[in-house]
Formats: sequence, structure tokens, C-alpha cells
Amino acid sequence: MKIVTLKRVVVISALLGLLLILVILVSILVGSAHVDPLRSLHILFQSLFGLKGTGTETEEAIILSIRFPRALLAGLVGAGLSVSGAVFQALLRNPLADPYILGVSSGAAVGAIIAIFMGLGTLSLGTPLASSLGALLTIVTVFYFGKQDRKIHPNTLLLAGVITSSFLSALIMFFISISQREELHTIIFWLMGDFSLANYRTIWVVFPYVFIGFFSLYLHGRHLNLILSGEENAMQLGVDVERLKLISYFSASLVTAASVSVCGLIGFVGLIVPHTVRLLFGPDHRLLLPASALVGASFLIASDTLARTLLAPVELPVGVITAVFGGPFFIYLLRTRKVVRTI
Amino acid sequence: MIEVQSVSFRYHEDWVLRDLSFLIEKGEFIGVIGPNGSGKTTFLKILYRLLSPQSGEILLDGISLKRMTRTDIARKIAVVAQETQLLFPFRVMEVVLTGRSPYLGHLMFESQKDIEIARRAMAWTDVLPFSERPIDELSGGERKRVFIARALAQEPDVILLDEPTASLDIHHQIDFLDLILSLNRERRLTIVMASHDMNLSSEFCDRLILLKEGKVYKIGPPGEVITRENIESVYGCKVWVDQNPISGLPRITLLKKEGHG
Repeated sequence: MKIVTLKRVVVISALLGLLLILVILVSILVGSAHVDPLRSLHILFQSLFGLKGTGTETEEAIILSIRFPRALLAGLVGAGLSVSGAVFQALLRNPLADPYILGVSSGAAVGAIIAIFMGLGTLSLGTPLASSLGALLTIVTVFYFGKQDRKIHPNTLLLAGVITSSFLSALIMFFISISQREELHTIIFWLMGDFSLANYRTIWVVFPYVFIGFFSLYLHGRHLNLILSGEENAMQLGVDVERLKLISYFSASLVTAASVSVCGLIGFVGLIVPHTVRLLFGPDHRLLLPASALVGASFLIASDTLARTLLAPVELPVGVITAVFGGPFFIYLLRTRKVVRTI
Repeated sequence: MIEVQSVSFRYHEDWVLRDLSFLIEKGEFIGVIGPNGSGKTTFLKILYRLLSPQSGEILLDGISLKRMTRTDIARKIAVVAQETQLLFPFRVMEVVLTGRSPYLGHLMFESQKDIEIARRAMAWTDVLPFSERPIDELSGGERKRVFIARALAQEPDVILLDEPTASLDIHHQIDFLDLILSLNRERRLTIVMASHDMNLSSEFCDRLILLKEGKVYKIGPPGEVITRENIESVYGCKVWVDQNPISGLPRITLLKKEGHG
């Protein structure tokens, strides 16, 4: 009998955690500049345990200031997008929902583009702050229009999100059409997702949102299971549904806003990772949420590693990789669903 | 015991329920009948506080529903709704275990005891053989029994049923209501069932509540409620009422309008 128990959650999370560590290590070893793999590991562990480094300055810079923070940030964003995707699918009871469905991403994009236009993009955290402001304004707007009689109706909210989103997309198009060549490149990379500006400061900006957001959602994991079969159903089983929706929508939106603000719009992760995890481990959120976070982190780090190595020294936008590899893999899982489900 | 005290409810301007007052004793099997729009479903929703009446109140074992938390209510009242759509395919065992939800804290997992309770509920409703199957692979009748098992796992005093037999063939209708009757008789569960099927309601229920435009038109044993006068007056169509030759309970036959032979 494979019902979700604490033991099962711990064991599966530990295994996926090991996978994540492995992926992080691999991502540090490869890149356009060649650093000897053994030396790379040496440098990383020496730094993690506070020992004095033995690598050259360049080597240390590549490993510690570029590749390692980049892997950590990609991991955080991958985890954040996957968890919020899973929650949006449950709350909107729509398997096609993703973290961007309520327009948070378009708001973030408008914020980021305005920052790029005003030349704030060169400041550290300039673009992230502007885009998270855009995302927050969008969340407030969408919830304001999506509420009826002081209640959140999934369909009304979805419509409000779609309308807001297409309005903001028009703004994005407008900005693109009047932009100069250099700005255009920055904007397009932002719209397709980009980790090249990762550093420890951006990590510390995103981390609290993803961490707190995850735990406030995980706390309601069992109740999210119940709302999958309808709000009335959840109420019949004793859930305060309005409170659950308010907390979950807000947490998931904040996690999304924080994630996109540092790296732009990376598509597909928040849609396919939760579905893949459901196919593998079942739909119970007490396992789905941690497993999605870990799988999403590994997936995005792996995609980003490919993005910067495939055509090195040219970097591809990571969103291209997530779509190109994620799409076919997901179709494959879907076709072999019956086999996979018995794992 | 459920005390309904002058309950009135409206969604917008028009009153859907008007001044309902009656008692439902512990262990009774109550049928709620009436035409479309007479307030049957709304009444059930008020019984478990999915909706709150604008005036009047409902006491459950002497305590007002308003003063109970949603969890308190879920420990006493279980609901089997018309059709529950599951978005992602949970297994039967997982669905039945959700019935333990009112007894679990936020971060808790179901204990061995919860699993035991769920298994016993599944054995009672005869769905134990499919406990590993995804719920969306079951037939309508099997799914109904799974949701009864979930309701039993809640260990309630009252089960509310909304049109439970609407989507079932006659064989499954009888099986289902026999199962409900056994819960009522052997486990002393109070049953409140809203249904359009007056013949089945007449056979199985101790008392019937006939609603007309949100008001109680008649309340009592089937023999007093299902009469030709009452039904024709409430539904506005021609019927013939005689006795079921086996049980002696009232039986309705629908009649065509005159002039068609």
C-alpha cells in the first residue's frame, strides 16, 4: 500500500536531494572556461568548509563567484516555480495552469523592461527590484478584480489574470517596438530567462520568499489535496476554504514574483515539473510539494548548464532549453503513464 | 438530533427557504422531496453550513451550527454530494482516507489507526477489492460506494445525501439504498436524503419532508405525505397513487395528460 507517510516523504526527498547535489556538482565542473574537474571540486569544498584556497585567482573566481552562485540561483528559481505551479494547478483546478497564469510574469516583465529603459539595469538589483514591484502590483490588481462578495472565485480570478496579462503583454510589445538595439537584446534575454547575472546578493533576495512561501504552502498540503475535488468537498471535510485560498494564492504568487524578478521568464518548468512528479509519485501534496521543489531545482540547474555549454562561448536563453528538452520528455512520460505510475 | 428553528434563506432577493421548522431525531431516515427549485439542495447545504441562513438557526445535539468550527461539523456530519470530480487520479484508499481529515492536524499524516478505520469503512461498503485502483477508473456505482466509505471514515452521526441514485441503474439504486438503510439501522446513523425518486423515498424513509417553494408543505410518514392530493398540488401534474403490493407503502404512477388515450 503506497499511501503517503512521513517515512515515504523523507526517503524520497533524501534521494531527490542527493540527485540535486549531484547535479550542482556536475554544473560546477563544466563550462566554457576549462578548469580541471578535480581542482574545481577542491576549490568548492575548501571554500564551503572555510579553508584557505589552493586554486589560482581566476579559477576561484570562475568556480566560486560564477558557477556556484549561478547553480544555487537556478536551483532556487526552479524549486520556486515548480512549487507554485503545482499549487496553481490545484487551486484553479486546471492542469494547464502554471505560475504565470495570473499575469504575475507579465507584470514582472513590464517592471523589468521599464528598469532597462531607464538604465537601471546596470545597477545591482535594479531590474529585480523593478520587476518584483511590477509583479506585486499585478497580484494586487488581479486579486482586486478577481474577488466577488469578498470571496475568491477561481474562474473570475483566472479571467482577471488573463485580461491583465494580455493588457500587460500589449505594453511589453509597445516597449519592444520603440526600443534600441542594445536594449532589445537585454529585454529579449530577460523575457526568455537568463541567469548570467547571478550572484550571492540576488540569492539572498530570493531565498526568503521561496523558503517561507514553500513552508506556508507545505503546511496546507493536506488541505490542498481536498480542494482538488472542489471547494464544497473541502468544506465538507472541515477545511476553511477561503482562508486556504487566500494563503495559498498569495504564497504561490509571491514565490513566483521573487523567482522571475531575478532571472526573467523561464517557461515550462512550473508546468511540467509538477505533472512529472505527479506521474511518478502520485498527487498528494505532502509529497508532491517537496518532490517538485527538488526535481524543479535539479531540472533548472541542468537546463542552465546546457544553456551555457551547448554553444559555448555563446550562451542560449535557458527558457529555450527548458522547452526543447522538457516538452518531449513530458510527452514521453504521458505516453508511458501506466508503467510509470507503479513506481 | 437536529433542530431546525424557523430557518429562512435567500441567495439574492427571493427567499429560497421560508421559515422551516422541524426536528430530526437521532437515527431517523429522512427523505426530502419536492420539485426542482423547491429548496432541497439548499436545505442540505444549510445543514452542514456550506450556506448560512439569514434568519433562524440549526441546532446539532443542542449546539448551534454557528458556534461550531468547520472541523467540529465535519466530525458530526458527512456529505455524499451528487458527483465529485477529481482532477488528478487519487487511488480509492487515498480518497477514503481523506475522510479522516477532520481528525488530523496541519502537518499530520494518517496513522495506522486511521488506515484501519478506512479499511473497515471500505469493507462495509464493499470497495476493499479496488483500494489500489485510481478513482477515475471505477464505474458510477462503485464510485458512489467509495464516497460512502469516505463518509463512514469521518465517523459521523449524520449522513447527508443529495440525489444519490440519480445516475445509477435500478440494480445499483437498490443496492445503494440497501447499504444506506443498513447503516441507518445497524449503526444508528441519521440519514437525510434529498431525492427526486418518490417511490424509492417512500420505500426507504421513516419520514418525508415535502417542500413547495421553500416551505414545508407536509411532513410525516410516507403514507401521509405521498397522497394524490399532496403530489398534484405541489408538482402540478397528474399522478396515480396506490400501494406497493409487497410493502404496502405508497406508490406513484405518472399519468399522461388527458386526451392522449
